[in-house]
Amino acid sequence: MRTVGVIFRRELAAYFTTPVAYVFIVIFLVLAGALTFYVGNFFERGQADLQAFFDFHPWLYLFLIPALSMRLWAEERKSGSLEMLLTLPVTVPQAVLGKFLAAWVFVGIALALTVPLWLTVNYLGHPDNGVILGGYVGSFLMAGAFLSIGAACSALSKSQVIAFVISAAVCFLFIAMGSRIVLGPVQTVLPTWLLQTVTSLSFLDHFSGIARGQVAFSDVIFFGSVMALFLFANTLLVELKKAD
Amino acid sequence: MHLIEIEGLAKSFGPIEAVRGVSFSVNRGEVLGFLGPNGAGKSTTMKMLAGFLTPTAGWARICGHDVVTDGLAARRRLGYLPEGAPAYPDMAAGDFLMFIARIRGYRGAEARRVVADAVARVELGAVFNQPIETLSKGFKRRVGLAQALLHDPDVLILDEPTDGLDPNQKHHVRELIAGMAQTKAIIISTHILEEVDAVCTRAMVIAGGRVLVDGTPAELEARSPYHHAVYVRTIGAVPDVIIAELTALPQVRRVEPSGRADDPGVYVLPSGDADTAAYVRHLFGLRGVTVAELRVERGRLDGVFRDITQAAA
Ligand SMILES: Nc1ncnc2c1ncn2[C@@H]1O[C@H](COP(=O)(O)OP(=O)(O)O)[C@@H](O)[C@H]1O
Ligand SMILES: [Mg+2]
Repeated sequence: MRTVGVIFRRELAAYFTTPVAYVFIVIFLVLAGALTFYVGNFFERGQADLQAFFDFHPWLYLFLIPALSMRLWAEERKSGSLEMLLTLPVTVPQAVLGKFLAAWVFVGIALALTVPLWLTVNYLGHPDNGVILGGYVGSFLMAGAFLSIGAACSALSKSQVIAFVISAAVCFLFIAMGSRIVLGPVQTVLPTWLLQTVTSLSFLDHFSGIARGQVAFSDVIFFGSVMALFLFANTLLVELKKAD
Repeated sequence: MHLIEIEGLAKSFGPIEAVRGVSFSVNRGEVLGFLGPNGAGKSTTMKMLAGFLTPTAGWARICGHDVVTDGLAARRRLGYLPEGAPAYPDMAAGDFLMFIARIRGYRGAEARRVVADAVARVELGAVFNQPIETLSKGFKRRVGLAQALLHDPDVLILDEPTDGLDPNQKHHVRELIAGMAQTKAIIISTHILEEVDAVCTRAMVIAGGRVLVDGTPAELEARSPYHHAVYVRTIGAVPDVIIAELTALPQVRRVEPSGRADDPGVYVLPSGDADTAAYVRHLFGLRGVTVAELRVERGRLDGVFRDITQAAA
């Protein structure tokens, strides 16, 4: 656990010694704001809530999270620093966990910086702050799930570009799972139970409940399971691919 | 117990057999030099020892800990410098070493002390706060060395520690290694032969994934046809009659020109263990030819290296 902590601290600090952190945070805030106010019609809705804001998060994460996670392993493998790291008294699961937690906390920081928006709605009206808190929790959980997917994909290739494209594709699949785009062509041929299973894996379904203030235990379990699964895959991929 | 033990170690990458059954052990006080052409399997062997690659066959132990089944314990006792000394380029040298110290379990003041020690030993103080990506090759290599010896490990494995350094830096790194030799078991890989002479107590020639020769640098030199050859230079060319007389001696196998246009000297290659130098000196005296220079060669490692590795290819 101590080793995880040491790796976590190094990784988190690394975001802020390079422009990555600032670029990510600025783009995240600008896009979150712009989408909420212009596309989401924040004012015209005439409601004091952050519904419009949270509704865009899956789509925002779709490309911002892979951009953040693409370097996690691809860069270490390319530069050879992975060989240095893994020949220290560090196990692969420790490295996977340390890197993931640092990235997750980093996204958490970006998310926390949207607090002025929350202050704004409180200034403009009387929102249900419980619902808003639920939205933040849900968004953070979903970000973790996206990150775990991105981290695993980053271990697939030495190329960050390939890692980005694959992560974005897999993340899109998880967002859109259950929607017409993915299921349309096969809807009629698949058995109902399979359709339901696939639909139940959709991030949108699980997130929309939380974003409306219903933090269901099952949704928390769902995102937790996705993270566990992909971090496990990440560990296997690092073991498998490190020598290439 | 030997600090490093390897038995039947092998590694294949698909159809490529990079290492094909290597066995040896290294004691405290030994500096083992891995010699071999590019692609010989030196780095692959070292990566297996360091626990980065899993062997396809055989086993290896560091201080009694199996590198696969007890890898964490093995890696705690090991300092490893991967080829090219990779590090985190965005980090300052000092921050990077602090990270390594913490990973190795040092905390607070103790961590600062081991980092300061390592920095002093490899003379890194001047660039302590500089990002690693802005460092010269020599300093980058020293950061890698500091990382490897920070915890004063019993076993050091250094993959091409002097590659790409200038002569002064090479000298410094060799002195550093020689200074630690007494208390540790060290393996270095190199394709610079003079390095073997300068720091190694033992040399191992590897090619095609196999150990071809394992002996002291002196034994390696003794395989050279130039081992104990006598170099003589006279004022002007060595007279042909003397060359003919030398060649006729039973103690002499062959007489060769120096091979350099500006050097009129010749090499007298001995046959057997004869003290050829005495005969040579005597003969030149007898014929009244002044000897300007005479020296006994130790042997040419590059020739030995070529002979061994080409015979195997
Ligand atoms: N990850 C890898 N995948 C495939 N082949 C490899 C890999 N690493 C090394 N090799 C091959 O194994 C052989 C030995 O390489 P290496 O141990 O790096 O040699 P050396 O360090 O002696 O120059 C070479 O033929 C090399 O191409
Ligand atoms: Mg090599």
